[in-house]
Amino acid sequence: MTTILVLVLGLVLTACTAPQSALDPAGPYAQEPHDLIRPVFAIALFVFVLVQGLLIYSVVKFRKRPDDDGSLPVQVHGNTRLEIFWTVVPALILAGIAVPTVQMIFSTMDEPEGDYLTVEVIGHRWWWEFYYPDYDIYTANEIVIPVDTPVRLEMTATDPARSPDLGVIHSFWIPQWAGKQDVVPGQTTFLNIQASDTGRYLGQCAEYCGLSHVNMRIRGESLEQADFEAWVENQQSPAVQPTDGLAAEGAELFGAAFDTDIGQRSCAACHQIWNGEGQRSPGVGPDLTHFASREEFAGAIFETNEENLREWLRNPPAMKPMQPENQVGMPNLNLTEEEIDALVAYMLALE
Amino acid sequence: MSHSTTTTGRRSVFSRPTAETGFSSWITTTDHKKIGIMYFFTVLVFFFLGGVESGVIRAQLAQAEQSLVTPEIYNQAFTMHGITMVFLVVMPLSAAFFNYLIPLQIGARDVAFPRLNAFSYWMYLFGGIFLYSSFLLGGAPNGSWVGYAPLSIDSVSNMAFYAVGIQLLGVSSLAAAVNFIVTILNMRAPGMTFMRMPMFIWMSLVTNFLLLFALPIIAVALFMLQFDTVFGAQFFNPATGGDPILWQHLFWLFGHPEVYIMILPAMGIVSEILPVFSRKPLFGYAAVAFAGAAIGFIGFGVWAHHMFTSSIGPVARSAFALSTMFIAVPTGIKIFNWVFTMWGGKLRFTTPMLFSIGFVSMFTIGGLSGVTHSIVPHNAQQHDTYYVVAHFHYVLFGGALFGLIAGIYYWFPKVTGRLMSERLGKAHFWTWLLGFNLTFGPMHMSGLLGQPRRTAVLPGELGGTVELYNLLSSLGLLVLVVSALIFLYNLVVSIKSGVASGPDPWDARTLEWLSASPPKHYNFDVIPTISHRDEFWHRKYAEDEAGRPVAVPAGASEEHGDGHDDRGEHIHMPDPSYWPLVMCLGFFPLAYGLIGPIWPAIIVGVVWIIIGYFGWIIEPVAEGDDDDPVVEDPDAHRSGVAAH
Repeated sequence: MTTILVLVLGLVLTACTAPQSALDPAGPYAQEPHDLIRPVFAIALFVFVLVQGLLIYSVVKFRKRPDDDGSLPVQVHGNTRLEIFWTVVPALILAGIAVPTVQMIFSTMDEPEGDYLTVEVIGHRWWWEFYYPDYDIYTANEIVIPVDTPVRLEMTATDPARSPDLGVIHSFWIPQWAGKQDVVPGQTTFLNIQASDTGRYLGQCAEYCGLSHVNMRIRGESLEQADFEAWVENQQSPAVQPTDGLAAEGAELFGAAFDTDIGQRSCAACHQIWNGEGQRSPGVGPDLTHFASREEFAGAIFETNEENLREWLRNPPAMKPMQPENQVGMPNLNLTEEEIDALVAYMLALE
Repeated sequence: MSHSTTTTGRRSVFSRPTAETGFSSWITTTDHKKIGIMYFFTVLVFFFLGGVESGVIRAQLAQAEQSLVTPEIYNQAFTMHGITMVFLVVMPLSAAFFNYLIPLQIGARDVAFPRLNAFSYWMYLFGGIFLYSSFLLGGAPNGSWVGYAPLSIDSVSNMAFYAVGIQLLGVSSLAAAVNFIVTILNMRAPGMTFMRMPMFIWMSLVTNFLLLFALPIIAVALFMLQFDTVFGAQFFNPATGGDPILWQHLFWLFGHPEVYIMILPAMGIVSEILPVFSRKPLFGYAAVAFAGAAIGFIGFGVWAHHMFTSSIGPVARSAFALSTMFIAVPTGIKIFNWVFTMWGGKLRFTTPMLFSIGFVSMFTIGGLSGVTHSIVPHNAQQHDTYYVVAHFHYVLFGGALFGLIAGIYYWFPKVTGRLMSERLGKAHFWTWLLGFNLTFGPMHMSGLLGQPRRTAVLPGELGGTVELYNLLSSLGLLVLVVSALIFLYNLVVSIKSGVASGPDPWDARTLEWLSASPPKHYNFDVIPTISHRDEFWHRKYAEDEAGRPVAVPAGASEEHGDGHDDRGEHIHMPDPSYWPLVMCLGFFPLAYGLIGPIWPAIIVGVVWIIIGYFGWIIEPVAEGDDDDPVVEDPDAHRSGVAAH
């Protein structure tokens, strides 16, 4: 019994170390709810101890003894004062926690005061698209924000490969920045996030969205203001167009700048790589203009490196479960090893 | 009561079934006790299947980054686990208790509509078989038990089986709800006023009213889903102006009362058991009854607390936060009343008592984590994580199932005339308590540490602590499996060779113990007249002014008319019938036809059901008995039918 207690205590004490923990806030929109729930947990713990204590006391104190004379206890039918007491007291406690709860519902959902950054979020099966309207840049799965700046997410969901308006419900959740908010097709929902430290934070789609729900992760990165501006500048520049070597072959295969092979097997049929000409407009798959600047790909589940990329191009649905037959996710393009070599070289050149 | 069709001089296509034993007596029975037993054993089968699905879930998540099963299989497993445990285990297990106990506890001979009762059972069985046949016909539903649109209208989610299957189960429950409400309101023994009803009857009444009002809502939602998936309607498709959130409102407007549909019967059971083994009446009977009714009412006003992270705005979030906090008050009243029922008693720790105390203890934990959900800003962190999984398992497993199991041990001697083994029962209880807490306790923490629900893999990047908690949860399930096997063994052994119990093994308080164990076909030789709450106890004991019990002289109870003579031979009970089964079979072609849609199958099904329906109508509830002077005296026959 003691061993179990020590084990339980140890587990609880080490509890706050997990990288996607809601108990370890790193921004005001996560901190405020955390500060609100702590006294509620304390009250709950008090009630827990009270009720279980009464229960255990009753079990020990009023158990039938071996020397019992067989008589029955006094038949007590109730006590109106006690009934009123345990109706009114819990009601008062709940009223006490209701007031700050309602206040905070409004304060966390309202538009942030002062200047804030807007990021448009689109949930796809099964990856995230982020668009920064102030800077006209797109990224996928990784959302980069400046530290100590409120960010308001304007979110919706689509599956453009199937129908421009049709998608399924997802939920945006980076626990250390804020609680989750569902992303609903045909509607716009809003979520405020803010980071109080620089760093990379883990997130995850939190509303079941089908086959690869678990593979729909999010990376949040918060940068100092200057670093953020440098990042924006890089993302705004057009993709580097290689002129010779393997990478150039890859670019041609991709169909990025050359009007060749824009068919089923062309990457450009689904993915955009912006070369500085015309408007940036995303395809049905992630924008790959600065692909190599992202640390992870395919729903932020694989580290961006040559080996993973090569395996991915050999057979995407084998690496991440998808339903290309239902126009959800990337199909197997049956690329040759030579084609894969060229494409990998090109992709990794897209800093 | 042998029966001869010749006395009525009439033979129909189906001659009236008469068997009282053997297979055909079960498939044609209209006896509420037999139907209750059939519910119980069917539940055991589905409980096994739901348990296998939980095994798939826990095996896959025992370690990070495992791939024991594909995501397709995993998603089907957790979807069917939820559907099974809600619709095929907890609800019908409650229905088993309603069936067996309601007539006995109110002093009636059967339910109001005996053939409709059989119909409810067959619809339940066939709905379950239909749902499970999906595994063999292209894959089970994988859109989660809440079936959120638009994912659920996407053909890849196989939710057509869900839309039709849950509908069949809903028909079953709705028919049963009407039956039990009418039975309780109209067939109570003389003198049994509302405030003299056993608490289980109170909670059954509230539960069945909840079913009556909640099921039509899910029926509407399922029809809309059915029309979207099969006939191309656009109720939930935003691309053509539909609204995906509409599904959530409809689903939870049913789904939250559903939580109380599952927990209230267990609350009723525990309210019967705690007094018996504390040897005191229920503390604050009126408060417990009205708190149950209050929960029923408020239960319809909290549905959007399942949608705090959906697209509802701050005003709706605030309103539902308040209603969610408010419903904790009547729940708290009940918990304190149960504790004070034990206070000052002489507690006997039999297995039913242990499970009842376990219920109060575990349900308290589930209730408290429920209150934390109402803290909406933090709910956004808890929602759709394992914290929620922990919460509702503490309510529905630690709560509803503990209570229902307590009821199984408590009423087993009533049903079989034998006692279950106390030694095995206690082994079952302690392993069940340990396994349950080991499985679901750590989920509180893994959820707060960021583990989302419904994920086919445990991502290693969540960290070692989360992995450890998941391993503990999976080990906990192994303990539960061992515990369930102990229970099953106890059940089999005790049915065959349990110690004979006599009619009143627990010195019980309520009317069902007045009849023999197992009760005769007609329950009571004479319908008892009720003059007290806890009528049966008051036939054994009286109270003086200070509440001190005084034994009533032996033989006094005979005056109330529970003596055993041959009067039972003249009691006229409803006869068995094929028609409920025949009519229900027609739902098979109809249901499979609706999946396609396959129009010939739909037409066959509808025609079949209509024929079954008319067969049922023209068949009288009961026909004359040999010893019933029906041929000689037509008036006697009429009065016999009118009694039912």
